[in-house]
Amino acid sequence: MTVFYFVAFLSIFFALMTIFTKNPVHSVLYLVITFFTFTVHYILLNAQFLAVVNFIVYMGAIMVLFLFVLMLLNLNKDTEPMKSNLVKFMGVIAGCCLLVTFFGVYRVFDISNPLTVTNPEIGLVKNLGKVLFNEFLLPFELSSLLLLTAMIGAILLAKKEPKQI
Amino acid sequence: MEWSFVIEKLILVSVIFVITLVIAMYSTLAERKIAGFMQDRYGPDRAGIFGILQPLCDGGKFFFKEEIIPAGAHKVLFIVGPTIAIITACISSAVIPWGQELQIGDRVVSLQVADVNVGILYMFGVIALGVYGIMLGGWASNNKFSLMGAIRAASQSISYEIAMGLSIIALLMVTQSLSLREIVAGQSGFVNWNIWAQPLGFIIFMVCAFAECNRVPFDLPECETELVGGYHTEYSSMKLGLYMFSEYINMFVSSALMASLYFGGYNFPFMNDLGLSANWITIIGVIVFFLKIFGFIFFFMWVRWTLPRFRYDQLMNLGWKMLIPLAIANIVLTGVFTLIKDTYFS
Repeated sequence: MTVFYFVAFLSIFFALMTIFTKNPVHSVLYLVITFFTFTVHYILLNAQFLAVVNFIVYMGAIMVLFLFVLMLLNLNKDTEPMKSNLVKFMGVIAGCCLLVTFFGVYRVFDISNPLTVTNPEIGLVKNLGKVLFNEFLLPFELSSLLLLTAMIGAILLAKKEPKQI
Repeated sequence: MEWSFVIEKLILVSVIFVITLVIAMYSTLAERKIAGFMQDRYGPDRAGIFGILQPLCDGGKFFFKEEIIPAGAHKVLFIVGPTIAIITACISSAVIPWGQELQIGDRVVSLQVADVNVGILYMFGVIALGVYGIMLGGWASNNKFSLMGAIRAASQSISYEIAMGLSIIALLMVTQSLSLREIVAGQSGFVNWNIWAQPLGFIIFMVCAFAECNRVPFDLPECETELVGGYHTEYSSMKLGLYMFSEYINMFVSSALMASLYFGGYNFPFMNDLGLSANWITIIGVIVFFLKIFGFIFFFMWVRWTLPRFRYDQLMNLGWKMLIPLAIANIVLTGVFTLIKDTYFS
C-alpha cells in the first residue's frame, strides 16, 4: 500500500510538472515519466500485459512522435502565441467544471467498500486474450475497425492530390 | 525472498554485465580487424600481440580527452542523452536465457536473470526507450546536424519497429508463448529451430534489427558524408564513448535475441544423445549460444564493410512498402499453415 501511495504521488507530481513547465520539450519528458509511473501502477495491479503495452505504445511510440514534432517546431519565447483573455476565461470555466465533477465523484464513490477483482490473474496475457476473444469479441473488433478507419483517414488527409493538367 | 536467491541473482547480473561490456569492448577491435581484412590491410596491431590491448588504449583515451559541453547546449539533457542510451542498452539483456539450469550442490541455478512471462514485449519496450537517448542528445546539442541525425533516428526506429513487431507476431503464432525461456526450450535439437518454420520472418526481423541498431546500411542517423557525425557531432570524451559503446551493446543484445528466437538459443544438435550429465550439457549449451552470438556479430560487421548506405527515401520505402506488407503476408501464411496442420495432420 505504501508503494502505491508513493507511486501515486509521483504520478500526480509529474503530471503537474507537465502542465507547469514553460519549455514544451521538458513538458513532454515529464509526460513520459508520468506514463512510466502508470506502467508501475499496472504492475502493482498484476496486469503485466497492460503494463508492457502501455510502456511500448505510449512511452515508446506516441511520446517519441510528440517529441519529434516539438523538436522541429523551433519553439522559443519570441514565437510563443499570446493567449487572448477569452481563451483564459474559457479555461477557468472548464477547470471549474472538472473540479465539480471530481467533487461529485468523491461524494458518490464509496471508499469504505472498494471493488475487489474476483480473478487476480486476469491481467496475464493468456486470461486477457481469452476474455477479449470470447466475451468481448464484438466490441474488440469494432474498436479495431474504428482505429483502421482513423488510420485510413489520416493517410487520405496527408496524401497530396495529384495535379490536374 | 531468501538471501541466497538475492546473492545468486546479484552474481548472475554482475557476470552478465561484465561479459556484455567486455564483448562490446572487443567488438570495436573485431570491427577494425575485420575492416582491415576486407580492405586487404592489417588493422590495429601495435598495442599488444595482434592489437589485443587496443580497446584498453581507446578507453583510456576517451577518459582523458577534454570534456566539452557547447555553450548553446541544454546542459541537463546533454548529459541525460548518453546516460539513457547506455542504461537501456545494458538492461535489455535481462530476459535472455543464457543457458539451462545449473545444479550446484542441491541448488538449481537458472541462467536467466528474470523469467518474465512477457519477455519479448519487455525487450521491445526497452528498445523503444533507447531512441530517447539519441533524440535528447541530438536535440540538446543545439546543432542542426545533430538535430537532423536525431530526427532521422526517431523516424527510422519507429518505422522499423512496426515491421519488427509484425514479424514477431508470426513467430509467436508458432511458439504460442511470450516468454523467452519457453520459446528457447521449445526449440530443442536441430529440426525444431524456429528458422525452419519462419524463414521469411527471420529475414524481416534481421533487417529491422540492423535498422534498430543504426548499423550500415541503415546508419542514416550518423552518416558522416551528410551530417558530419549525426546526433553525436557535438559530443566529446566519454559521452561519445558511451554512445558508441551502447551501439555495440545493442548489436550484441540483438544478436543474442536473434540467436534465441530463431536459432535455438543454447540448444545444439544431438544434445540429448551425448550421454553427458545435465551440468555439462548446460555449459556446452552456453558456449554454443555465445558462438551463435559471435556469428551474428560477425555478420553485422561483414555487412557493414560490404554494403553501401541507403538513401533516406530508399530507407523509408523499404520499411513501409516492402517490409510491412511482407510481414503481414507472413502472418497470413503462418495462420493458414497452422490451420491446415491442426486440421489435417494432428
